[in-house]
Amino acid sequence: MDGQTRLGMLHRLLVLFWPPPQTESVILSPLSFSIYRGHKIQHSDWHKEPLRIMDPECSRLLPALCAVLADPRQPVADDTCLEKLLDWFKKVTEAESSLLLLQENPCLVELLSHVLRPQDVSPRVLSFSLRLAGTFAAQEDCFQYLQQGDLLLGLFGEAGTLGWAAWNVPTVRSGWIQGLSSLAQHPSALHFLADSGAVDTVFSLQGDPSLFVASAASQLLVHILALSMHGEAVEHHSPQGSAWPTCAQKIVGHVEESLRSTAAPQVTQALNVLTTTFGRCHSPWTEVLWEQLSPLVACLLERDPIPAGHSLVDLLLSVARSPVFSSADCGLWETVAQTLSRLSPTQAGPLALGTLKLQHCPQALRTQAFGILLQPLACVLKATTQAPTSPGLLDGTLGGSMTVDALLSSKSACAGLLCQTLAQLEELHPLPHRPSPWPQASLLEAVVTILQLCDGSAAPGSSVGGRLCGTLAGCVRVQRAALDFLGTLSQGTSPQELVPQVFAVLLEYLESPDSSPTVLKKAFQATLGWLLSSPKTPGCSDFGPHIPLFLGELFPVLQKRLCSPCWEVRDSALEFFTNLSRHWGGQADFRQALFSSEAPTLTQQLLRDPESYVRASAVTAMAQLSSQGLHATLASPEHPEAEQGLLREFLNILSADSEGFPRRAVVQVFTQWLRDGHAEVARDTEQFVATVLQVVSQDLDWEVRVQGLELAQVFLTQKLGQPGHCPYTVALPEAPLPRLRPEVLRTLCQPWLLEFAFRALFDCDRPVAQKACNLLLFLRDKTAPYAGTQETGDSPHLDSMEAALQRWQAGEQGQPLGDPEPEAMLAVLRSLDLEGLQGRLAESSDHVEKSPQSLLQDMLATVDILEENEADCY
Amino acid sequence: MKLYCLSGHPTLPCNVLKFKSTTIMLDCGLDMTSTLNFLPLPLVQSPRLSNLPGWSLKDGNAFLDKELKECSGHVFVDSVPEFCLPETELIDLSTVDVILISNYHCMMALPYITEHTGFTGTVYATEPTVQIGRLLMEELVNFIERVPKAQSASLWKNKDIQRLLPSPLKDAVEVSTWRRCYTMQEVNSALSKIQLVGYSQKIELFGAVQVTPLSSGYALGSSNWIIQSHYEKVSYVSGSSLLTTHPQPMDQASLKNSDVLVLTGLTQIPTANPDGMVGEFCSNLALTVRNGGNVLVPCYPSGVIYDLLECLYQYIDSAGLSNIPFYFISPVANSSLEFSQIFAEWLCHNKQSKVYLPEPPFPHAELIQTNKLKHYPSIHGDFSNDFRQPCVVFTGHPSLRFGDVVHFMELWGKSSLNTVIFTEPDFSYLEALAPYQPLAMKCIYCPIDTRLNFIQVSKLLKEVQPLHVVCPEQYTQPPPAQSHRMDLMIDCQPPAMSYRRADVLALPFKRRYEKIEIMPELADSLVPMEIKPGISLATVSAVLHTKDNKHVLQPPPRPAQPTSGKKRKQRVSEDVPDCQVLKPLLSGSIPVEQFVQTLEKHGFSDIKVEDTAKGHIVLLQEAETLIQIEEDSTHIICDNDEMLRVRLRDLVLKFLQKF
Repeated sequence: MDGQTRLGMLHRLLVLFWPPPQTESVILSPLSFSIYRGHKIQHSDWHKEPLRIMDPECSRLLPALCAVLADPRQPVADDTCLEKLLDWFKKVTEAESSLLLLQENPCLVELLSHVLRPQDVSPRVLSFSLRLAGTFAAQEDCFQYLQQGDLLLGLFGEAGTLGWAAWNVPTVRSGWIQGLSSLAQHPSALHFLADSGAVDTVFSLQGDPSLFVASAASQLLVHILALSMHGEAVEHHSPQGSAWPTCAQKIVGHVEESLRSTAAPQVTQALNVLTTTFGRCHSPWTEVLWEQLSPLVACLLERDPIPAGHSLVDLLLSVARSPVFSSADCGLWETVAQTLSRLSPTQAGPLALGTLKLQHCPQALRTQAFGILLQPLACVLKATTQAPTSPGLLDGTLGGSMTVDALLSSKSACAGLLCQTLAQLEELHPLPHRPSPWPQASLLEAVVTILQLCDGSAAPGSSVGGRLCGTLAGCVRVQRAALDFLGTLSQGTSPQELVPQVFAVLLEYLESPDSSPTVLKKAFQATLGWLLSSPKTPGCSDFGPHIPLFLGELFPVLQKRLCSPCWEVRDSALEFFTNLSRHWGGQADFRQALFSSEAPTLTQQLLRDPESYVRASAVTAMAQLSSQGLHATLASPEHPEAEQGLLREFLNILSADSEGFPRRAVVQVFTQWLRDGHAEVARDTEQFVATVLQVVSQDLDWEVRVQGLELAQVFLTQKLGQPGHCPYTVALPEAPLPRLRPEVLRTLCQPWLLEFAFRALFDCDRPVAQKACNLLLFLRDKTAPYAGTQETGDSPHLDSMEAALQRWQAGEQGQPLGDPEPEAMLAVLRSLDLEGLQGRLAESSDHVEKSPQSLLQDMLATVDILEENEADCY
Repeated sequence: MKLYCLSGHPTLPCNVLKFKSTTIMLDCGLDMTSTLNFLPLPLVQSPRLSNLPGWSLKDGNAFLDKELKECSGHVFVDSVPEFCLPETELIDLSTVDVILISNYHCMMALPYITEHTGFTGTVYATEPTVQIGRLLMEELVNFIERVPKAQSASLWKNKDIQRLLPSPLKDAVEVSTWRRCYTMQEVNSALSKIQLVGYSQKIELFGAVQVTPLSSGYALGSSNWIIQSHYEKVSYVSGSSLLTTHPQPMDQASLKNSDVLVLTGLTQIPTANPDGMVGEFCSNLALTVRNGGNVLVPCYPSGVIYDLLECLYQYIDSAGLSNIPFYFISPVANSSLEFSQIFAEWLCHNKQSKVYLPEPPFPHAELIQTNKLKHYPSIHGDFSNDFRQPCVVFTGHPSLRFGDVVHFMELWGKSSLNTVIFTEPDFSYLEALAPYQPLAMKCIYCPIDTRLNFIQVSKLLKEVQPLHVVCPEQYTQPPPAQSHRMDLMIDCQPPAMSYRRADVLALPFKRRYEKIEIMPELADSLVPMEIKPGISLATVSAVLHTKDNKHVLQPPPRPAQPTSGKKRKQRVSEDVPDCQVLKPLLSGSIPVEQFVQTLEKHGFSDIKVEDTAKGHIVLLQEAETLIQIEEDSTHIICDNDEMLRVRLRDLVLKFLQKF
């Protein structure tokens, strides 16, 4: 039997056996088509043809569905079906004419007319119908069509839904608003809104008890306002408010009235509408609107207390961010300045931060805003130091310090204010246009003081400071925020005299038994930041004066933390140690401190930690130490066997560890070692990869298998890839091909490698199959030029390969591949439709179930089931 | 109601409460910090200790050199250690009716009180408290008696001489009252006076008050106490904990609505969080042992040690310490470990449920079974055969002045590989270490005190809302070393009343009511009349019978029959007071305007009404008569006109209800 016949037989066999017998798993579905060229099974490709969305089959199902929806005795199973249905209709109306759709499917209009009889409809179907009607009526011709029968007025008018009992159900009100929102797209809709009195209803819905309805009502008002102003600005350049369309005037009038109201909720509603307006609409008329309303907004500031502070901040920021106001002044900055000075520090913070983030903003306002952000820290410094030493922070920031002091004296307010301030400053720090000069020294001083207050190590002189100490002692929230900010501050240039203080406070936190695991993690992160950013002595490869001293104290602490009974602490300590070694492994000071400590030994012991996360971190840490020759006690030249011990230990973890994390860590490490040409790997790379892949192929964790494929990919790339050549690009045909030596070919076609890849191709986890597919594609493309040069021959290998592949496909894992010839392997590789498979694997596993036809069928089937159940009950 | 404060130590309290007719002692803690002034008692002859130089005055006078020895700049008394007893002069302790014990640490002075003061009352405590208390006393007596010391120093206690001594001896209080340890015989006698009680059990004291122990969550069998009469409630909160450790959780709800809450036994280390300290303990232990060093943990034979062993049980495998031996050395080690396993009903829910599996509630059973934990009564005997290093030794006494710990301090103190980890918060570790200086071994201070901290106390007080709080003065100000930490003190409204040693506090509330029972037949005869909606009244004539602080209204004897014999009549009149026929009682108020109208209707004219501070005066000018109407009385003042008075009286009575 010649090769071709054999391959033909293989095709037939595989087609026969495909899909695999065990197809109960949904995940298998992408593979349930022939992967061979020329044997593609046709299936519904509806989603690939966007031009014709409403297919005949759906049209056929629609009347039955509409009948079900209209029948109150046949309840719809769940809302998600209706949502999906609505999404589908939206998609249909985006691509096709709604009018045509309604004319072709009269059942839809029947459904809409049916819901006008409220007693017969459930609230959810009513809500759905309102939204559906809005979707259709978004197109003007369809709107006119629906208007002919007064259908829209019946649904959205005062005589319609509003008067029904179902109106009390929030879903119905929400559907009404959303329907109107969809509908309001054209001038006819505006007239409709004005005539039907819908706008007044929307006003009242702003105060709806359902937050979703209230919010949607506000959005709708903005939408209507924008729609009615659409085109106005083009015709007359920003007409004055009195010349605006009636509908717009009505809405603005309502907003004005609400702003004048003494009831805070009404003011909030008005501010929310305005915030959305200025956020969304950037036409010149918004400038006129602001000119008209800003005096009213300014009036709010004169009230005590200021109503709706948060909404006011949002509005001002929304106006300030609008491109319309980027050049014009229009009194905005005065209002912002006034608001900053009038709001409480907690409320003013977000406004200050927002102001500072603006590109165009008067310098005086920026100074004021920055002052507000700095105020709490200035007060902390003032309360804890005898004499103010930081003019940068204290200058001009103490205007409202009485209020801040009062806030700082209450426990909950104090923690809240400080956390907010620290987070805001942290956000500001990396911005290119952050305030200048940036008071790095004062900020450092303040954050160090806060940290000292939090751990009780500060000894403030004043009674305010004493109270602050009592309030903040042990406050984990503030500790976390302060450590985060301290870490961020490491990115700036700090005065040298403050650096020892920073390291001292960090050491306190790392050392303190009271540091909670989360605080400790932040302390480690901040420490790493400061260590890595600390300046090195010029002309010298090692560190400045602080670091060796600090390292001397750090390692005993690190050792203690590696022995902590709390696994989170051990894990953070390992992570820190790994990062530190990665960056500083070559520094003599660091190596000296490390070698005189027991950290490496402790790390190695943690490979057997009872907690899997810790074992995984220990694997990464040990690998890092080993890569940089820091595995001192074990891997010194006198003990070369220690390194081998580590490899053995890793392999042992890979094959025996009961948890996935350590195993994943080991494969990642091995992959890295292979990339870096680690000495242990370089000794016999082939043997190393073979061993690892053999273990990985048995692993139950799909991430481990994916990592294994990555390792195989690296191996192949090293064998095949040219330097600087991306492994994924196919070589250009005209480029000269290097001659692949037979031994290399033999290596590549080693059964352990291909067996692993082929098995992975049939993996029930999609990412594994995808990765395997990519790997095989790479291999096929790389070896393609050499294929066909030799005949496959009448090889007994092909038989065994056929058998093995069939069994794997059938889900039997036991059968080995045997030892086939490379040519047979390549022949099989070439015959696979890998591109097709790749495409199908890229689709999500439920793509078939997502089709509208399936949705309609499901909905109808559910009703049947519900009916059956009902029958069973009786 | 008075509180006599006999101890100045906030966590080893001894107070006496006089409440109604009872005298109740609340705890009798023994302040052992006095022993820190003494030289350690070595189990094995210690050349270092015996060769310490004698101390002499600045002028070279060495008359105290036999009694006082100097070590690294500190002066110690070379004598049998002595303890500072609760105040015995403030109140005659023979008048104490009962002693309520809240936990085993707070009963160590019991033999001094019950055996030497003429005390004849009863002591109440829970069973674990008594059993473990006995172990602690037994251990203490054993530690001291097995190292007999011939010398007993007393010269230095002379006030004139004490003044010349260096600190802290100079400042030691009431050294003349310091006493040697009691004997086992005294312990047994004292413990025989204890009556066992269970949580929430109500114990009547002479019918006057009821006392109830409540779970306090601090130790096995530890309790807080409620002392209440029918209308007053005093809560006594001693060592309590809200942390989830081995004992039953604290019962907070029953403390609600107290008139007075006496608050003692808060954490001694308010800045140390027990969880963090346990972590610190484990890490340092592991580091030392890995380096080949030994770890010494001076501790009591019960309490935190159970939790530490449980932590280590979970930790040793992960830290690779499975092969390290743990030794627990105490004369009562075996009993303590075994007792802990049998008090299931006193344990937290988790541990209780283990008993039904059945499994031992504490995992130290498994440590013993697998030979990871071994226990010995002393370093002599089997221990010396089994001993291998590196190891971890738990042993007493935490003061480092007596017990097997002295030997280990001497043995391991010279090597920096070894570590001593202090977990008990009762003694200053620096003072405890003073006679061992210079010391090479590492010292780690991880005080684990699970008692309430100030945040928990402030939440507790908000929850139970007592009218008044009474506490040691130490709790009303921040610790001296952290004077700025205003959060480390009790903050409540009204401010807590504070006490110090030898204070007598008059507790700030008055008793206003007493409960009186009515016999059924008497109650049956009452006919209440509703005088206001919801308020009915009835008069009662009865005999008040009081016995054993219980008051009962009994029906009055029938009026003597005139026909009965003379003898019998005489007897009755002796027993009960004569019963007179009572006039009806009046209630209601007199509306002045209507009253005046009525007067006018009855022919009185020229009536004038004056308002006074308490009511009105109605002046009948013509009749020269005054009617004084006040809230609770009406007086008719007229000169010798009885007819007029009776007429007016009847008019007044018309406005009032009679019953």
